Amino acid sequence: MTKIKLDLFVRAIGKQWLWVQAALAFAFLYLPILILIIYSFNASKFNAVWRGFTLDWYGSLFSNAGATIATSSSAGILPALNNSLLIAAISTALATIFGTMLALALERFHFPGRKAVEALLFLPVIMPEITIGISLLVFFTLAFRIVENLTGIRLNLGLPTVIIGHVVFNISFVTITVRARLAELDPQLEQAAFDLGANEWRTFLRITLPLILPAIFSAALLAFTLSLDDFVVTFFTTGVGSMTLPLLVYGMIKFAVTPAINAISTLMLLASLLLVVSSLKVQKS
Amino acid sequence: MKRLLTFLLLFVMSATVVFGCSRTGGNQQVLSIYNYATYIAPEAIAQFEKENNVKIQYDTFENSDALYAKIQQGNPGYDVIFPADYMVRIMAADNILEPLDIAKIPNKTNLDPRWMNQTFDPENKYSLPYQWGTMGIGYNIKATKGDINSWGAMFDPKYTGKIAWQDDARYTFAAVLMYLGFDPNTTNPAEINKARDLLIKNKNIIAAFVPDTGQTLLDQGEVNLTMEWSGDISQVMKENPNLRYAIPKEGTIVFSDNMAIPKGAPHKELAEKFINFILKPEVGATISNFTHYGSPNKAAIDKGLIDPKDLKNPQIYPPTEIFAKMKFLQDVGKATALYDRAATEVKAGAGK
Repeated sequence: MTKIKLDLFVRAIGKQWLWVQAALAFAFLYLPILILIIYSFNASKFNAVWRGFTLDWYGSLFSNAGATIATSSSAGILPALNNSLLIAAISTALATIFGTMLALALERFHFPGRKAVEALLFLPVIMPEITIGISLLVFFTLAFRIVENLTGIRLNLGLPTVIIGHVVFNISFVTITVRARLAELDPQLEQAAFDLGANEWRTFLRITLPLILPAIFSAALLAFTLSLDDFVVTFFTTGVGSMTLPLLVYGMIKFAVTPAINAISTLMLLASLLLVVSSLKVQKS
Repeated sequence: MKRLLTFLLLFVMSATVVFGCSRTGGNQQVLSIYNYATYIAPEAIAQFEKENNVKIQYDTFENSDALYAKIQQGNPGYDVIFPADYMVRIMAADNILEPLDIAKIPNKTNLDPRWMNQTFDPENKYSLPYQWGTMGIGYNIKATKGDINSWGAMFDPKYTGKIAWQDDARYTFAAVLMYLGFDPNTTNPAEINKARDLLIKNKNIIAAFVPDTGQTLLDQGEVNLTMEWSGDISQVMKENPNLRYAIPKEGTIVFSDNMAIPKGAPHKELAEKFINFILKPEVGATISNFTHYGSPNKAAIDKGLIDPKDLKNPQIYPPTEIFAKMKFLQDVGKATALYDRAATEVKAGAGK
C-alpha cells in the first residue's frame, strides 16, 4: 500500500518537475535575448553596466539613416543592415534556385561524374569557412586581373562578390535539405503522372514541386539566416562600401559595442516575430 | 562547343555589367577610407566633403591584422588606411604601400618631430602619424584607496583575483619586462624567462588575460586593476567616476596609428589632399577632442586648440620624464617564439 502511495507521490513530483525543466530550458534560451532587449534602453555607451533608461539608441538609428559614416557610434548601422538584407535576399534566391536544381539532378538522373558532384557538395559544409573565404578572395583577385588585362575594365570587390560568396556555401545547404525531401518522395507519383500523359515539365510543376515546396521553403529560410549572420566569407569578399551588420559590429569591438546594436537587434527580432506570426496566420486561413 | 562559347561570353558580359555598375556612383568623386569605427570626428568628414565636393566612404576594421588581411591580396579600392606602427613596417616591407608625395602634404610641418622618423618608417616615406596613446593600468580608486604609479601594483596580493592582463604575449611581457628593468623588446631568453617566472609566481593574483576588454571588466567591478589602452579607459571614465588611469613610472608601451595610402588606391591625389587636411591644426584638434587620444599635431597643441582638460591630463599627454621612458613595441623576429612559449607556460601555470 505504501509503495503505491510512494509511486503516486513520485509521479506527482515528476509531473511538476517536467514543467520546471521546460521552464528552465526556455529561460536558458530566452533570458539572454530578454537582457539584450532591456540593455537596448541602457543610458550607458558601453554594454556592461546599467546606467538608467533612455530611448536615444533607437532615435540615433533613425536620425543617422542617410549617413554612411561609422564614426559616431550608431551612424552606419542602417546602411549596414540594408546591405545585409540585400545580400541575404539575393543570395538566398539564387542559392535556392540552383540548389533545388542540383538536388533534382542528383536524385533523379544518373550522369557521369555524379559521385564526384555529390562529394563536392558536402565540401562547403565541412570546410572551414576561412578556407572558402580566402580561396574566393584569391579567385576574385585573379579573375579581375585577367578581365582587366583582356578588356581594360577594372573590377572591384563589392556587393556582387559577397553575394557570389554566400551563394557558394548556401547551395550545399539548400541541396542537402531538398534532397532529403526528394528521397522520401514516392517515385511512383511521378510515374503515374507520366502514365496519365503529363510531360516532364508538367509533372514537375504539378506533382514534384508542390510536394517538395515545404523543403525548399525551409532551405531558403536556412540560407537566409546563414547569409545574414555570416562573417568570415563576407569579410574576405567585401569591398569598399559594402559593410554588413556583422562586419560593423565586429569592427566596433576595438572601442565600444554600443547599445545601438541592441536596439537594431531588438527591431530585427520584432520583425522576424511578425513574420512568423503572419505566416502562421496565413497557413490557418 | 558553340553553345558553350556563347554561354561563356554571356557570363563574362553579365559579370562585367554587374561588377561595373557597382563601381559607378554618379559623377561625384568618392574617397574611400578604411579605419576603426568611432575613430574620427564626424565634423571633420563633413567638412572635407563640403570643401572638396566629394563623398567619403568610411568603412571599418577591427584591428590592424584584419586590415592587413584585406589589403594584402590586392587593394579592393581604399584610398586612405590607418595601420598601427608595427603594421606600417610589415606593409612597407610587403610593398603594398604607396610612397607619399610630401610636396602635396605641406601640413606635415605641423607634426611634432618626436612622432616622426620612428623605426617602423624611418623617413616617413609611407606614413604620417594620426593619433597616439599608451598602454597603462586602469584601476578603481575605491579598491586602491589612492593613486598607483607602478607595474608593481599588478602583483599586489591586496588585489588577489581582481587583476587582468592583456591576452597578448608581447604587451603583457613588455610591461613585466619594464617592471623588472629590462628592455620591452628584449630577445634575451633569460630576461624573458624572468618575466615569465614572476607572472607564474603571482598566478593566484591574476584573474584573467583578456582580449582588450579590460575596461569593461573594470567598469563592471569584475577586476580592480587592468592593463589597458589609455583611450579605452578614458572613454569608460566618463561614465564611471571611480575609474583612473596610470602610466607606471617604470615606463610603458606607446602606440601610434598612422595614415597611409595603399598601392592601387583609385584616388591617390585626393587621398594626399585628405591627409594634408587631417594635419591642419584645427582638424587634428577636432579629431583628438572627439577620440580623446593624443594628437601628434604640435601646431594644434601650441595654438591651444586641444581641449585643455585633455591637455592637462597626464594620462593622455604624460610629462616629459615619463615620455622619455615610453617605447614602441618592435618586431623581435625569431624571439617571438620565445615570447609565445613563455606566455603559454604562464597560462598553463596561471590557469585557474
